[in-house]
Amino acid sequence: MPRVPAMSQIRVQLPFHLRNLAQVGNEITLEVPPPVTVGSVLDALEARYPMLRGTIRDHGTLKRRAFLRFFACQEDFSLEPMETPLPAAVADGREPFLVIGAIAGGKL
Amino acid sequence: MSSVRVLVGTHKGAFLLTADGKRNNWTVEGPHFAGWDIYHLKGSSVDPNRLYASQTSGWFGQLLQRSDDGGKTWHQPGVPAGQEPPQAGPPTAAPNRFLYDTSAETGKPLTTHQWYDGTQHPWEFKRVWHLEPCLRDPNTVYAGVEDAALFRSTDGGETWHELSGLRGHGSGSSWMPGAGGLGLHTILLDPKDPNRIYIAISAAGAFRTNDGGKTWKPINKGLKSNFMPNPDAETGHCVHHMTLHPSKPDTLFMQKHWDVMRTDNAGDSWHEVSGNLPTDFGFVIDVHAHQPETIYVVPIKSDSLHYPPDGALRVYRSKVGGNEWEPLTRGLPQKDCFVNVYRDAMAVDTLDDCGIYFGTTGGQVYVSPNGGDTWQPIVENLPAVLSVEVQTLA
Repeated sequence: MPRVPAMSQIRVQLPFHLRNLAQVGNEITLEVPPPVTVGSVLDALEARYPMLRGTIRDHGTLKRRAFLRFFACQEDFSLEPMETPLPAAVADGREPFLVIGAIAGGKL
Repeated sequence: MSSVRVLVGTHKGAFLLTADGKRNNWTVEGPHFAGWDIYHLKGSSVDPNRLYASQTSGWFGQLLQRSDDGGKTWHQPGVPAGQEPPQAGPPTAAPNRFLYDTSAETGKPLTTHQWYDGTQHPWEFKRVWHLEPCLRDPNTVYAGVEDAALFRSTDGGETWHELSGLRGHGSGSSWMPGAGGLGLHTILLDPKDPNRIYIAISAAGAFRTNDGGKTWKPINKGLKSNFMPNPDAETGHCVHHMTLHPSKPDTLFMQKHWDVMRTDNAGDSWHEVSGNLPTDFGFVIDVHAHQPETIYVVPIKSDSLHYPPDGALRVYRSKVGGNEWEPLTRGLPQKDCFVNVYRDAMAVDTLDDCGIYFGTTGGQVYVSPNGGDTWQPIVENLPAVLSVEVQTLA
């Protein structure tokens, strides 16, 4: 029988408005098939919480929205390609993958 | 007894204001979608419990919300709630996906429009400015978006398709955004002819279709915009808002960047009716529910000074379709008032004495329960008001 790859349990933290939209708490756990990359985590996130589609990545281009950043293990993955592997500590659930919104700071 | 429900979109959420037909005692509910820009929300005239809302954010993009119970609960059409895992298989609903037509047949040339500096700039979806439910089917709704385009959904907002004949009619590549963006902000559906639609874009002008959106023509003859190299050009005018009375859909009234205008031939030609207004700059314009020649504007000092002249908030009413205007001041602040009234922030109810409503950037929503004679605030401290619509309920 073909071997089914083990799913990773990935912890994800979202900004306030996306937590409200998905009706979730401070942190969620997603099952992600290997390899665990920026793109595969976002794919799993949008599949599990379809109301988030289009809010993190553009529908058409799948480009990251300009005012959002991706971090993991204190590294910035915002500008990395979607197929970039995430650190082992994220893949084995010790550290979360962070989606962070730019600080508003007020208009004036 | 009849009642009214006022739908208020603000910079930080949506509010629903309800009252009986006397419109004295109000219940305020909200904010819905707290913290988000609610550019516009509007109810279906066929099914008043069906509401659509444009929820948008510079961080998270566009969302489209729908209520089927008059605003008690909301959902993204076709998207399962958060607690339940979605069904297997690819999603069919995408209520916040507004993809421009890039098909070889109809969309291929529509790739760029003019940028502020005169260069060509890619067409990029930013947000929905205005939602206009169909007058005959609650599941059909139109969306005017930035960068300017018209979309239609026929499944209650689950999926959207561009009516690309508008951008593709010929002048699209010359459209240039106004300071607020290249927004399609006005959609008027002809109640007598379902194939006729009027739209307006800042700063491209007004357009009309007679075939349900397949083909469009500019309807800007008679408009004069001195900021343009050719003030009488066929397109490029900064139309701020338009309105019509359902009984006379060939007569439109327009508040332009400067000038209040009128047409009596469905936009084929316009003439100015600013008359004795203290300034003919402004954003809103609306028409009385039962008097097709009674119209309302809120004059704003200038394009550089977006507040009322003399710090006095005055609605002006013409009972003869323009040119002769009277200030309406009773109940409105007449000193130290420096708010603005955005283009979609005025509405009228259809009760016998016709209530007039408008909201300000200072967070006030005013009502006149008597066609403008007297005014009172419904609320005074909301976030900046982006849009006001009203439903008259049986």
